[in-house]
Amino acid sequence: MIRIEHIQKRFKKLQVLNDISAEFERGQVISLIGPNGSGKTTLIKSILGMVKPDSGKIFFRNAYINGSFAYRQHIGYMPQIGRYPDHMKMGQLFDMLKNIRGVPEEQLDNELIRQFDLFTMFEKPMRTLSGGTRQKVSAALAFLFNPEVLILDEPTAGLDPLSSEILKEKILKEKQKHKLILITSHILSDLDELTTHVMYLQEGNLQFFKEIGNLREETGEQKLGKAIASILKSEKEVQTVIRDLLSAVKK
Amino acid sequence: MTRFYLLILSLVITSRVLSNTIRVGSNEKLKTIKQALLLAKSGDTVLVQYGIYREGSLTITKPLTLLGIGFPVLDGENKVENLVISGKDVTIRGFQFRDSRHSSSNDYAAIDIIDATNIRIDNNKIINAHFGIHIANSTYCTVSNNFIKGQAVSEQSAGNGIHIWKSDHATIENNHIQGHRDGIYFEFVTQSVIRKNTSENNIRYGLHFMFSHQDQYIGNIFRNNGTGVAVMYTRNVTMTGNHFEKNWGNSSYGILLKDITDSDLSGNQFTNNTIGIFMEGGNRIKVEKNIFKNNGWAMKIQANCSDNFINYNNFSNNTFDISTNGTMVLSDFSRNYWDKYEGYDINKDGFGDVPYHPVSLYAMVIEQNPSSVILLHSFMVTLLDKAEKAMPVLTPENLVDKQPLMKPIQL
Amino acid sequence: MFKVSRYVFYDIIKNKIILGYTLFLFVVSMSMFRMEDSNKKAILSLLTIILIVIPLVSVVFSTIHYYNSYEFIELLLSQPLSRTRILLSEYAGVCISLLSSFFIGLGIPVMLYAFNPTGLSFLFTGSALTMVFTSLAFWVSVKARDKARGIGTALLLWFYFALIYDGLVLLILFSFSDYPLEKITLLLSALNPLDLGRIFIMLKMDVSALMGYTGALYKDFFGSMSGMLFTSGIMIIWIILPLWLSVRKFKRKDL
Repeated sequence: MIRIEHIQKRFKKLQVLNDISAEFERGQVISLIGPNGSGKTTLIKSILGMVKPDSGKIFFRNAYINGSFAYRQHIGYMPQIGRYPDHMKMGQLFDMLKNIRGVPEEQLDNELIRQFDLFTMFEKPMRTLSGGTRQKVSAALAFLFNPEVLILDEPTAGLDPLSSEILKEKILKEKQKHKLILITSHILSDLDELTTHVMYLQEGNLQFFKEIGNLREETGEQKLGKAIASILKSEKEVQTVIRDLLSAVKK
Repeated sequence: MTRFYLLILSLVITSRVLSNTIRVGSNEKLKTIKQALLLAKSGDTVLVQYGIYREGSLTITKPLTLLGIGFPVLDGENKVENLVISGKDVTIRGFQFRDSRHSSSNDYAAIDIIDATNIRIDNNKIINAHFGIHIANSTYCTVSNNFIKGQAVSEQSAGNGIHIWKSDHATIENNHIQGHRDGIYFEFVTQSVIRKNTSENNIRYGLHFMFSHQDQYIGNIFRNNGTGVAVMYTRNVTMTGNHFEKNWGNSSYGILLKDITDSDLSGNQFTNNTIGIFMEGGNRIKVEKNIFKNNGWAMKIQANCSDNFINYNNFSNNTFDISTNGTMVLSDFSRNYWDKYEGYDINKDGFGDVPYHPVSLYAMVIEQNPSSVILLHSFMVTLLDKAEKAMPVLTPENLVDKQPLMKPIQL
Repeated sequence: MFKVSRYVFYDIIKNKIILGYTLFLFVVSMSMFRMEDSNKKAILSLLTIILIVIPLVSVVFSTIHYYNSYEFIELLLSQPLSRTRILLSEYAGVCISLLSSFFIGLGIPVMLYAFNPTGLSFLFTGSALTMVFTSLAFWVSVKARDKARGIGTALLLWFYFALIYDGLVLLILFSFSDYPLEKITLLLSALNPLDLGRIFIMLKMDVSALMGYTGALYKDFFGSMSGMLFTSGIMIIWIILPLWLSVRKFKRKDL
């Protein structure tokens, strides 16, 4: 579905993405994880065409996305921070996006709007809404057009536990519809049960991209967080061993 | 002696009684005016029916009344002066003079009056003449109700509408003059009146006026002339109730006053002129109760003017009210209404409590550097002007209205 | 195109600054026109508003609006919309809002009290300057990532066109007063949209003064048909060029 080939991105001195390649398929739920500043958001933005990689290519359904925009009709994106024009009413926001996408009313997926009880707030200006509510709006917008690909940037960050659960249920449902779902997060536990693949980024480097089953097997850990931690630990051990060896050789 | 008087008296009476009317026209016995003029005796009336008369130049030297019916045309065919008059007591009325002779070296005219007295030119049309009416060395001439239209193209080749030289007691009234070099030209003409004429679209001046003392011009309209009106080297001239309009262009004035003394310029209206009044070498001129509206400069007064009284005028909507070329100002500018005045009147006596300086800094700047007119009204210029108003450095300190009126005068 | 700008417009017209701006224009111009005596003073004050306040508000408001809409623009970018279209929609939304303010605040009083060539030239210049300075604001905003820097640059740009530029022109006019400068002055005035707008109004307001020698030259030029085309053409360039530059930059930009 999405193929990334050797992308590089540098902001001034900082190498944000360093030769990243990966391929994402339908039915996968990919957890894109890594510490702050590891390049997760930049990778997502590259897929969405907001950031232009210095080199490398990204393909969407085997088509090079180079500057085109039509492919984005197949993507639902939930940004990390949802800020909307102050005086725009929630209803207007939905209207506007429906207008842009031009998806017929009967094909819309209003489930989240309903579950988050947003219909009752359609007359409220966006500026009067709490951060959590805006987050719900962002989520509802991402799912509204029933897209094949969902890209969710820290989806549960600002949500209360109840809403967070609703969203998780929704993601699960979409997963069963055989969609590609890309989730960034730096906390893992709450998304464990959804994830099929884990992609770990650190300082712009792809540390690993593994199926969750393999990951568990390799590490012997059931919990995703622990599995990753143990991988990182073993890698670190390897690195220390190599470093020690090298210094020994020099001596 | 008594007999002699009786004889004279009877002669006068008989001449009145005996004065004949001679008719000219295609259906009359006399076909040409020339014949009629030959036949006519002093005091006769020649009545001319409508028709086109191509008889070369006509000359009248005896007292006559020449009347046209339905504006018969005297066609000069661009070859001659249509009519030459000398002597006295001649009246010409109701003719159309067309295509008189043009020349760039001689002053040919449609009606040429020379060495004459008591001539009356009334209700005629003069079309495409070099000079319309040329009067020289004559007295008591009246030119009234005429329509004079020239086709002047350049100042060198054109003549004047009504041109009067070295005459006195002339009356120029109710004429409409356009398309000549100068609409009305006065040189060495004294004790005369110019009243209620309209002089417009002339190449040079609407009125050109020199060495003509003790004259009055009243209630005329001078509109859209190349350089407006020029009144020069004259004393005791009364100029009231005139309209000076739309005299636009470089060195174009509503009125140019040069070396004028002891004169009265009151109750006139100056609208839409590049410069309303340009005064050079003016002394003891009363400029009162005039309206200055929509002019580029309402008034430019040169430093060599003195003792003029500029009072009770309304200045409104002019780009600049007053401009001058020096710092010496010896005229009185009090009690005018200036629409740009921003002061207040606490004691409610109708006069502003803060003196008004009608010369703006930028008006002075433009005097020195005309190109900078392009920056007019820019923020920078506004700031400069405000600063100068607060602390005058460059504008003449004594050109000031100490009693500016708060409201315009009803005129 | 108007799918997005319509909503931007809905959003902005409820903005307090825009409402205040409209009210300010309306109150000031109404009170100017209603002053008892002749309206030259009123016209001159309005001229200051058109040449100073309108560009200032346009450039600052547009810049702030752009930075505040950053996340919204991101959201739009995740939609199947081209970047050109997104930026132009934003521009149209902001521009139409500012123009509406201008026409309500100043247009109505002018229509009521000064429906004449001068009044109409006010409306023309005011709307052209609104568009030009919104355009410049977009250019600045797209170029500078940092908000404070963007607003600073926008203010500086305004200050330059409103004051510094004319100071420089005056300096040139006086330093080279021995040379015929009319043509150069014409050229210089075209390089500042504010000057161009001012001259356009001046041609209606101060015809009489402009008929003097040098002025007549300007009048002949700007007053002629080709001069009108020139003025409008340059104004359009002043609108299009910064906008085009900002679109070009925006297309390559990482958000």
